[in-house]
Amino acid sequence: MTRRAWMTLAVLVLLAIVPPAFYLSGNAFYLSLATRLVILAIAAVSLNLILGYGGMVSFGHAAFVGLGAYAVGIPAHHALYGGWDALATNSGWLQIPLAVGITALFALLTGLVCLRTKGVYFIMITMAFAQMIYYLIVSIEEYGGDDGLVIDSRTELWLFDLDKPLQLYALCFLSLLVALGLVRMIVNSRFGMVLQGAKGNPERMASLGFNTYAYRLTAYVISGAMCGYAGALLGNFTTFISPEMMDWHRSGELMFMVILGGAATTIGPVLGAVIFIVLEEILSSYTIYWQLPFGLLLIVTVLFVRGGLAGLLGGRK
Amino acid sequence: MSAVLEIQGLNKSFGGIKATDNLTLTVEQGELHAVIGPNGAGKTTMISQLCGTQVPDSGRVLFKGRDITRLAPHRRAHLGITRSYQITSLIMEMSVLDNVALALQAREGHSFRFLRPARTITHLRERGRDLLTRVGLADKVDHATVALSHGEHRRMELAIALAAEAELMLLDEPMAGLGTQESLEMVALLKGLKGKHSILLIEHDMDAVFALADRISVLVYGHIIATGTPAEIRGNEAVQHAYLGEE
Ligand SMILES: Nc1ncnc2c1ncn2[C@@H]1O[C@H](COP(=O)(O)OP(=O)(O)OP(=O)(O)O)[C@@H](O)[C@H]1O
Ligand SMILES: [Mg+2]
Repeated sequence: MTRRAWMTLAVLVLLAIVPPAFYLSGNAFYLSLATRLVILAIAAVSLNLILGYGGMVSFGHAAFVGLGAYAVGIPAHHALYGGWDALATNSGWLQIPLAVGITALFALLTGLVCLRTKGVYFIMITMAFAQMIYYLIVSIEEYGGDDGLVIDSRTELWLFDLDKPLQLYALCFLSLLVALGLVRMIVNSRFGMVLQGAKGNPERMASLGFNTYAYRLTAYVISGAMCGYAGALLGNFTTFISPEMMDWHRSGELMFMVILGGAATTIGPVLGAVIFIVLEEILSSYTIYWQLPFGLLLIVTVLFVRGGLAGLLGGRK
Repeated sequence: MSAVLEIQGLNKSFGGIKATDNLTLTVEQGELHAVIGPNGAGKTTMISQLCGTQVPDSGRVLFKGRDITRLAPHRRAHLGITRSYQITSLIMEMSVLDNVALALQAREGHSFRFLRPARTITHLRERGRDLLTRVGLADKVDHATVALSHGEHRRMELAIALAAEAELMLLDEPMAGLGTQESLEMVALLKGLKGKHSILLIEHDMDAVFALADRISVLVYGHIIATGTPAEIRGNEAVQHAYLGEE
């Protein structure tokens, strides 16, 4: 096994053991922190597929998180207050496919447009679409608008009782493992080779006969749907959702995690989420302007540490 | 003989520069047709229009009788056209073998295949190794592409062009930047391709061109001023005046 592989294993084993151990010894706070960390890690892993491996710098990924969360919140709202009978349920059989489906659709529709552009235009247009969703949700008063929406009862799932913190964490952690496995499988597949080729040299890929647009769009949809799933988990974790979840700051944070942790590495986004949560905790206790040092750290990493933290700790591949 | 490629009255301008000026040329089945011309004559611009990365202002391009003037680049590749680049254009982040395997993969229908790791698909890897061996890179297959020398990159370009097994190969200065010995080896490699593919070869190296070509066209300011056998081109006064004289 390479050093990188050992590091990946170590991080995952620690995440599997340490937070539940804290919880069982009476420290519920750390499990809660770790749950948020793991959910953000899933979102970052999904972003890594297109940003790291596909070279698509999406500045709108928080929209998928938000949509996924509202796909839990809106049915739960109707289940309690009535209306929209077809949608009104707490069942995971509806909510989870809804979260994944709606985000996949949103990714498809916006991706059709975004992927016609490159570079800074792509960054701007993904951000613009995310802000559109943000303002759309703000404008719907029934779902709380600006003030957000309380999720009164969590998604009802087979096997997992999400009202139990340990079971919620178990689901999130297993989901992270699946997300990591999926991304790894995709990246190593023939599809993944085309995706990475299109990042490295799109013109060459076209002259070889690959319709790079179709491959990138597919990756964009997969990434969006995966991120939507993370959003559904986040809604269940916070039980309070608001348009603020899809603000461009949030998209920026996901980008930070991927780049800081190590884009185009398996474990990078997870490391990025760890640093993000730790810094947020430490820095925010000193200053409300904690995003400033955080931003500086990001710049330093991007400039001086090729391969992010994963590159620093695990060596080059 | 029938024409594989017909270029009819092609025009392309960049602002005030007429890079392609009423260009007409044919490549016959199995022919190695060389195009020579001074720097900035519009040779690369011509290739770009043939493979679809640039669209002509007017004129037509026919591949085996079919109008492909406005066809997308990846569709032209499916029809059997491949190109190599004057300025090496490889996927630097990937290994040498990965680059060639991708070119092979491109020929096997779509790549919306998510399950099997691409690097375990034996026939792609084996065939990739064969091609790399053929261009003399057998001992470099697993190296990172960035780590190779310029001469080795030129060989990779050729291996990738070969991987397509394309009917028509558009080779843009395959010897660009090579030393004498490397150039000789490249000429030998290209000689081995003659007859198997129809080839449009852009080249500055006159010795190579005269050694390889069945026919030569001379491109000056975007326009073909003469086409003929190597002997005819050597004897052509206009050509000597416009081009060969400068050498
Ligand atoms: N994308 C572009 N935009 C503007 N001008 C261009 C572009 N591509 C080529 N040109 C111009 O068109 C002319 C032909 O360029 P081209 O690269 O086709 O020449 P070439 O014959 O391949 O030259 P060389 O021998 O140096 O490779 C040049 O004057 C060049 O500056
Ligand atoms: Mg050129």
